[in-house]
Amino acid sequence: MTRPALILALVASVAGAAAAAEPARDKLLESYRQEASRATPGFAGFSAARGEALYSGTHRGGNPATPSCTTCHTADPTATGKHQKTGRAIEPIAVSANPTRFTDPGEVEKHFARDCKNVLGRDCTAEEKGDFITFLSGR
Amino acid sequence: MSAFRWAGIALSVALAAGVAAADEFERVTPVRHAATQKECGECHMAFQPALLPAESWSRIMTGLSDHFGEDASLPEALASEIRDYLVANAGRGDPTVLRISDQSWWQREHRFSPSVWRQKEVGSKANCDACHRHAGQGLYDDD
Repeated sequence: MTRPALILALVASVAGAAAAAEPARDKLLESYRQEASRATPGFAGFSAARGEALYSGTHRGGNPATPSCTTCHTADPTATGKHQKTGRAIEPIAVSANPTRFTDPGEVEKHFARDCKNVLGRDCTAEEKGDFITFLSGR
Repeated sequence: MSAFRWAGIALSVALAAGVAAADEFERVTPVRHAATQKECGECHMAFQPALLPAESWSRIMTGLSDHFGEDASLPEALASEIRDYLVANAGRGDPTVLRISDQSWWQREHRFSPSVWRQKEVGSKANCDACHRHAGQGLYDDD
């Protein structure tokens, strides 16, 4: 392979990987949409604005050390976060800065299961999960 | 034998035991289980199994919904796979104590000012690698 061809092939494969991440996220969002529709008749779709309010808001009921998503993920979701207790780095949660976010359903559910309890003191609804992912997919 | 001499022997034995116990934890087998490395290592250094006794690991891994005040839940199958690895490779220590930093050998080895833990680059007793540069490989003898 000539050098320009090799570079083109590399660029194409990187672009392919980035593009391939989206169907997985769309599929996950679709499953949350179906769950939200079952829970709320007349559900009108996810809202990035509600997702942003959930992300940025200060909540009660969870671990007092983590009243907000921003406690660890910082006010800027494209930034590298920091575990509140151990200081461990957390990869950016915004899709623009970390394209593999919200593409592995097992990982996503694991983190919602923990962090909704840590921040809100309860499980998140499917609507909240979809709003959250919709907000961060646009960031 | 005089009581004095007995006390001397007892002291030597106690000191030797203390030193042996400390050495035992200065070089431990690194984590050799991918799921343990990944899941534990997401929030803190993935501590080597030899740093806690089996009973402590078992209780930690069955109580992840309240992991030292935080919810660190894992799917049941994954938690139990990690528990099996940690328990099978566990070390010694007080089985009633869950925190590595509350084990007596750990405390003996870390007798210094509390201000050390507040330094920005340390931040937490869980950050072994702030001072032990090769802690991730199970090497703690560089202090």
